[in-house]
Amino acid sequence: MNKAESIVLNDNSSIKNRWKFLRNEFRPKGKMFTWFNVISVPVILVGLVIIVIRFWKGIGSVTNLTQEVPWGLWIGFDVVTGVAFAGGAYVITFMVYILNLKKYHSIVRVTVLNGFLAYVFYAGALLLDLGRPWNVINPIIGNGFGTSSVLFLVAWHFLLYMIAQLIEFSPAIAEWLGASRARKILSGMTLGAVIFGITLSTLHQSGLGALYLMAKEKIHPLWYSEFIPILFFVSSIFAGLSMVIFEGSISRKVFSDQISAKNHKAHSVIVHNLSKICAMAMFAYFFLQILVFVHGKRWNYLGTPMGNWYLVEMLGFVFLPMVIYFVSYRNKNITWIKVASVITMLGIIINRLNVTVIGFRWDAATHYIPSWMEIVVTLTVLFTEIWIFRWVINRMPVLRESPAWVGENH
Amino acid sequence: MSINRRNFFKVLGVTGATLAVEKKVQGSTNSNEDVEFYGILYDSTRCVGCQTCEFSCAEANNLPEPEDYPEIGVIRKTNESRRTVVNAFDTSKGEVYVKRQCMHCNSPACASACLTQAMHKTNEGPVIWRGDKCMGCRYCMVSCPFDVPKFEYQSPNPKITKCDMCFSRQQEEKVPACVENCPAEALMFGTRRELLQEAHKRIAENPDLYVNHIYGENEAGGTSFLYLSPVPFEELGFNTSLQQDSYPALSKGFLYSVPSIFVLWPIMLLGIHKATKNNSPKNDEDE
Repeated sequence: MNKAESIVLNDNSSIKNRWKFLRNEFRPKGKMFTWFNVISVPVILVGLVIIVIRFWKGIGSVTNLTQEVPWGLWIGFDVVTGVAFAGGAYVITFMVYILNLKKYHSIVRVTVLNGFLAYVFYAGALLLDLGRPWNVINPIIGNGFGTSSVLFLVAWHFLLYMIAQLIEFSPAIAEWLGASRARKILSGMTLGAVIFGITLSTLHQSGLGALYLMAKEKIHPLWYSEFIPILFFVSSIFAGLSMVIFEGSISRKVFSDQISAKNHKAHSVIVHNLSKICAMAMFAYFFLQILVFVHGKRWNYLGTPMGNWYLVEMLGFVFLPMVIYFVSYRNKNITWIKVASVITMLGIIINRLNVTVIGFRWDAATHYIPSWMEIVVTLTVLFTEIWIFRWVINRMPVLRESPAWVGENH
Repeated sequence: MSINRRNFFKVLGVTGATLAVEKKVQGSTNSNEDVEFYGILYDSTRCVGCQTCEFSCAEANNLPEPEDYPEIGVIRKTNESRRTVVNAFDTSKGEVYVKRQCMHCNSPACASACLTQAMHKTNEGPVIWRGDKCMGCRYCMVSCPFDVPKFEYQSPNPKITKCDMCFSRQQEEKVPACVENCPAEALMFGTRRELLQEAHKRIAENPDLYVNHIYGENEAGGTSFLYLSPVPFEELGFNTSLQQDSYPALSKGFLYSVPSIFVLWPIMLLGIHKATKNNSPKNDEDE
């Protein structure tokens, strides 16, 4: 295919050749002045400066966090929302490896890569928010196993799930490096990693909601219930799938040279089928929300500003995209499915922020509004992730077919 | 293909390993029912608002001395440089002073939230913070129903600060600095049981003076800091709608479900995998 691959194919290549290959691969490829680069590079540079200030002068010097609102945008958006969007990886691996729905196979790698990078970067963003990040390994090495803490569970799960996702993705790395024996061993571990990964995801997707169970009086009653964990879990299904649809439609344009004609065609079918799953998951979620609402006798909140905001979220960003998904599934309208995926993703952002930031201490005299520096750092994390994503896509067989030596049965 | 031995053990191994990690999760919060917690009883009918407790607290903890004073209509808050404050309230029975600080819950939300056990309910009663364990995640602040833990936002090496009931002084058999120095005997140190007896006695002997409610007896599952008041506690800025159960109980249900999911999910997933694998691939393509 290209020069890199021809070197890989020479399996008995000397160390010198390998080294040459790697050096070649680490060189930038593609155009320098794309609109994404022009926007992201300055943002990332400013973000890095802010991060330096944060470690030099303390978290308070760059954030608007207060003693009453100790978790802001970096937790509420980067971690809680980001992980929901990364849920696509466990849903797609469930469909491909557990339900054996082979038609989704062509999007497994890119989804797992997306999920893996999301976790790496959101865990990274978490380090920025930790006041004493040098102690981050304490719950791992046992300088206090805080086993009664939901955060302890979430921390361990992040770590273990990152490993599981790395194993799931590792055959692509082996193919890139031309390591056929390693590839064989690593693909043999896929099913185990998938089963482990889905179990972990079930628990920490809901666990992120369970974090807020103890903040009972601090979260607006319309968003607080003992069912937060279940709501978070169910919504992570369609959050992840909407991300898969959205990311897929962008990747297909940006990396069109990577995708074979066969997969190009298959993609519409995949998106079409995913829309049905999204619609069903959203129906379940909407129904659960109604149950929670009625069960909690929350009618009298509806007249308030927060009540209206709740209705906007439920009707505009859950019910509406659910209907669009359903109708465009019936009409096989891919464009509207993409529209629905964007509305759904906005709805997830709104929902997670309502629990973690907007509804948190909604009754306080002064509200937390993130500083511009918090927003720039969030964008820095996001853009850096996209840079790495692009780097990997351009080098490893993620969207494109595996190299010929892998054979048909992969 | 049926489940062969190797695969079976592989999956069993994975499940077993996770159980080993997760097993401890279900360990509930401190339930030291055979331990007598020490605590402090604060009687707001005796407090004269002199701030001696504030000054002695600052001295004991090497913090700056307070520069403002209790004033009606002003709610002074604890922060990273002061761990206790006295506020004045205009109530139905005239001006009443209230000292605020950490409540030292029997089953503290902060300690159960802490993933490194940096926040720790000691067997003696005080809830203490241990800097060598803390990673500064501030989940204790999110969880505390009294908003007690404070964070040094302006420091590159921030600490979580709060009243620790002078734990180090207690280790030296001394009572907390605020109790020792209170000139009005508004503060009393002792075991929680003794303090509750004393509080009930005072209410019984002087039913006109006190409202029949000991704040902290049941709030948030019971606290080591107990309050007596001449007026209903709402008038003194207390949150009286706090639940009577302990706060860690709120996430107990979730944590208890973890081990069962860790046992059931892998088995179920493997079962579905095996069941769908035998399907003719054609069915799948045609769908």
